[in-house]
Amino acid sequence: MNNLLWLIPALPLAGFLLLVAAGKHLSSKLVALTGVGSISLSALVTIMIGLNFLSSATDKETYHQTLWTWMDVGGFRPEIALSLDALSLVFVFVITFIGSLIHVYSAGFMAADKDYSRFFACMNLFVFSMLILVLADNLLLMYLGWEGVGLCSYLLIGFWYENPANGYAARKAFVITRIGDTAMALGLFTIYYQFGTLVMSEISANAASVWQPNTPIATVTALLLLAGGMGKSAQLPLQTWLPDAMAGPSPVSALIHAATMVTAGVYLIARMHVLFELSALAQMIVAGVGAVTLLVAGFSALTQYDIKRVLAYSTISQIGYMFLALGVGAWTAAIFHFMIHAFFKALLFLAAGAIIEALGHEHNMFKMGGLKDKMPLVFWTFLIGAASLSALPLISAGFYSKDQILWYAWASEKGSPILWFIAIFGAFITAAYTTRMMILTFWGVTRTEIGHHPGKLMTIPLIILAFFSVVAGFIELPHNFGHFTLFSDLLHRVLPSTVLQADESSEWKFQLLAFLATFGGIYLVFIYYYREPYKIERLRENSSFQSLYRFWHNGWGFDRLFDLVFVNPFVFIAQINKRDIVDRFYDGITSVTEHLYRLLSATQTGSLRWYIMGMVIGAIIILGLQIML
Amino acid sequence: MILVWLIGIFMGGGTAALILGQWNKSIPRWVALATALAGFLLVAIFWTNQYQMINTHPSSVWLVDFKRDWISSFGISFHLSIDGLSLLLLVLTCFLGILAVLCSWKEITERTGFYYFNLLWILAGVSGVFMAMDLFLFYFFWEVMLIPMYFLIGIWGSENRVYAAYKFFIFTQASGLLMFLAILGLYFIHGQNTGMYTFNYFELMETVIPSETGLWLMLGFMVAFAVKLPVFPFHTWLPDAHSEAPTAGSLILAGLLLKTGAYGMLRFVIPLFPAAAEQMALPAMILGVAGIVYGAVLAYSQTDLKRLVAFTSVSHMGFVLMGIFSFNELAFQGVVMQLVTHAISTGALFIMAGMIKERLHTRDMNQMGGLWSRMPKMGAVGLLFAMASLGLPGLGNFIAEFLILLGAFKASVWITTVAALGLVFSAAYSLRIVQKIFWGPQDGYGHIRDFSLREILVMTTLTLSIIGLGLYPQPVIDTAAPAINKLVLLLETDKTQVGKVTKPDTQQYLVKKYQESYVRK
Repeated sequence: MNNLLWLIPALPLAGFLLLVAAGKHLSSKLVALTGVGSISLSALVTIMIGLNFLSSATDKETYHQTLWTWMDVGGFRPEIALSLDALSLVFVFVITFIGSLIHVYSAGFMAADKDYSRFFACMNLFVFSMLILVLADNLLLMYLGWEGVGLCSYLLIGFWYENPANGYAARKAFVITRIGDTAMALGLFTIYYQFGTLVMSEISANAASVWQPNTPIATVTALLLLAGGMGKSAQLPLQTWLPDAMAGPSPVSALIHAATMVTAGVYLIARMHVLFELSALAQMIVAGVGAVTLLVAGFSALTQYDIKRVLAYSTISQIGYMFLALGVGAWTAAIFHFMIHAFFKALLFLAAGAIIEALGHEHNMFKMGGLKDKMPLVFWTFLIGAASLSALPLISAGFYSKDQILWYAWASEKGSPILWFIAIFGAFITAAYTTRMMILTFWGVTRTEIGHHPGKLMTIPLIILAFFSVVAGFIELPHNFGHFTLFSDLLHRVLPSTVLQADESSEWKFQLLAFLATFGGIYLVFIYYYREPYKIERLRENSSFQSLYRFWHNGWGFDRLFDLVFVNPFVFIAQINKRDIVDRFYDGITSVTEHLYRLLSATQTGSLRWYIMGMVIGAIIILGLQIML
Repeated sequence: MILVWLIGIFMGGGTAALILGQWNKSIPRWVALATALAGFLLVAIFWTNQYQMINTHPSSVWLVDFKRDWISSFGISFHLSIDGLSLLLLVLTCFLGILAVLCSWKEITERTGFYYFNLLWILAGVSGVFMAMDLFLFYFFWEVMLIPMYFLIGIWGSENRVYAAYKFFIFTQASGLLMFLAILGLYFIHGQNTGMYTFNYFELMETVIPSETGLWLMLGFMVAFAVKLPVFPFHTWLPDAHSEAPTAGSLILAGLLLKTGAYGMLRFVIPLFPAAAEQMALPAMILGVAGIVYGAVLAYSQTDLKRLVAFTSVSHMGFVLMGIFSFNELAFQGVVMQLVTHAISTGALFIMAGMIKERLHTRDMNQMGGLWSRMPKMGAVGLLFAMASLGLPGLGNFIAEFLILLGAFKASVWITTVAALGLVFSAAYSLRIVQKIFWGPQDGYGHIRDFSLREILVMTTLTLSIIGLGLYPQPVIDTAAPAINKLVLLLETDKTQVGKVTKPDTQQYLVKKYQESYVRK
């Protein structure tokens, strides 16, 4: 099975190449077949290899396949090599499985678009890049996937390129994530000179012997990698690109938010966990970044009108939870939440896409309403996704994954009451904005009439994703509630288990508080937006509430700040120096020369008097000098 | 002999084109194409033959040598010799030569004979520069590539061509003269030391130079190469020359002429003056970084497509300068990769600019937009090379920039950190190209055709090359390795020497000389 590994990324790549080369000449059916088929085959291969891996591989074994040596320069010898272990298996599974569902959906969603084949080509390349990212055996190849993902997000966010706003959003996404990438590249340099290799398994194996714990170099390296992760995973302060990334078609958002791109940072940190464990400070910062991000994004989600922007902020917030988990050393909990999040977030985006399309490209939730009975299938699947997002206790998958993180934020050795409090407050906000979104979209009066209903290609993926958004949670149950640890047992092959400082017997109290937080959030919004809506109206009249609302709505002014501090000065300097100030110096030389030449040529008057005069003066000067010296 | 053949082919082909051009306007281009193809075949076959040898005998650096006396009373000989580095650049020269002919195919309609004469003589000059192992001969070829280029810009350029041609000529000529002075200085010092007056590169390498004089002589060479490369703040001739030159002129300027600057540093500055070069390392690296950032910022502000690409060259050549003066194998190999890949990627962008100008009759990006829907093929290619220019992994430029940064990181962490900013800025200007030309609303252009067959051929070749180099750069790395290793070795032995002077064989003599100069101080 080892030697089939290359097929997983190769199939989407082949799909991409075929579509680029011949997309124009293929019928739209063939295009869809290529696009969807390549990913689905890749998913099948993944399942085959995965089953084989689970049944036969021993604990520490990884599947490894070297394709060729990328380059060999004086000992620097990165390979194009793939490596599959439990961690990458989870990622590959999510990417290909959810990726193929999104592709199926896209076949219906994009059917009317004139650039059908370009769309699938980019989507295939996106999945390919992400697969390389998680399958790479060394950091350089991972960097290829890492930047490839950036390129694809750029192409897809700007897919409808005729609108300059979309192009702007696409560039913003690329440039901001590139800032993180650049930091990561510096991290790779450091790692190479410290370890003499970029192969991740070797780095992990040697880290403890090369570095003393908590040395500055360990911290700096971990932080550089973290910066890379923050860019791709849209964590504070590099989160501003994600809300704007909504400019792309809805399936793209689903792909970016669920299966690819934003989870890259989570993968990187989990993969390099050994380095992070060597620096308590770096881990604390990871947790801190996650905690702050989840709150900031949560508040912003609470104030959006655009349904996709709510979901975007909710992604930032949920990835914040994953970072928090990584920071407190709850490695498996972070990955578990990643997987569950992928299911329900893909579901929510696809369902939102179906709604938006049905309403004739209406994004504003305040213009929706009353869809509960008009689009029952979308409603029920969306409801399941929303339940999972707000971690509705016991029946939703999101509950099981988020509950773990809340518990570890308190109970882990690296956890703290503050982190726990932020996390649970975040859970409260999550429940609130999710409920707000549900009520505005599905209840109340109908404000926009439905154009047409989504077809089967679009609804079937919704049903499958909804199924997993409920069931997937049951593979990992808390110890006082079944104590079923299938998922973490698998991942413990790669990731260490969390060291606890609190007594497990107290866990139920925290679960109870989490219950309360979720229901509290739902209840509050239920009152304000459904039962007694005049209350929210009255609040809106308050001016300080208004300005707070606007502040949150605009993402806490980060865009403004960055424009002010970075973008505007850069553009300003570029604009005033458009004609290159250095060249003025050379112009100066030219004009001095020209002046001198005019001056001298002015002496050539052609008048004999002047010439004789000149000769006489010259003679006098020479004689005078001779006499004096 | 093959080396003489190569130059002979170009010069002969050029002359033939000139003569036949009197009869018929379209014959010269066929002659030029045949000449360029012949040259390319010659070096390509030579490369494939030698490739095995290079890999199995990495210690024998020089692959082929040709030497005849020329003006023996002054110690001038006609001495050509190539190692892996030269070979790579020769392959590049011939490759771009073919493309230059192909992209002039329709563009040049006036005085075609003289045009292709100039084009081929530039190639001859560039090839000579990459092969000459006699400093007088080197200077001769240095001029041979300059003058036809002056005509190329001055005659077939666009509106502001005369200004650009003068500027180009004066910059290169003035700096070239400084180099010539330095060559003479070296010649006389060597003559006084040993009694043997010669321009032979290998002899002059052994010259013992007092360290202060060495610094000045080195600067003489350095200025010429710095103007060519170009190094900030000597870069200002470049945007004018690039933007006014005809497409093939820009292609050759960016792809080959700039490379002669880098080649000169690797071939002459470091081996002839290793100690002085080491003194220069820090300022040179800082200038390199200044170029990276300055070029990128200026590129971002340009509205003229060719000018924009020209400033990206300034930025990319900043990487080259930084890499050369990092003095380690990784950076050197990165530099070689950068020379090759930049020629391809920037060449492609210039060719594309030419194609757009042919269709829209403008280089002003504010008058473009939405071209993707009209020309999806060009859009895809343009996107690819914009990505190459920002260093996307998987494309050749990434290997180059990554290796340079990795090598420079060893030399100086902080300088490299600032240089890494270039990665962010390059994203800003590259994406601006895509946005301004291919994305955005489309205006009423009327009918525009996508690529013709000839254009597809050109672009496919470039595309495959840049991807191939990005995924498997080993042939280039292996070919350059012996030359690079020798350079690294030279710098290392130089460090272990007692003073700031070279040559292991005459160590005793050197030590004495060194002590003398020390006492005098």
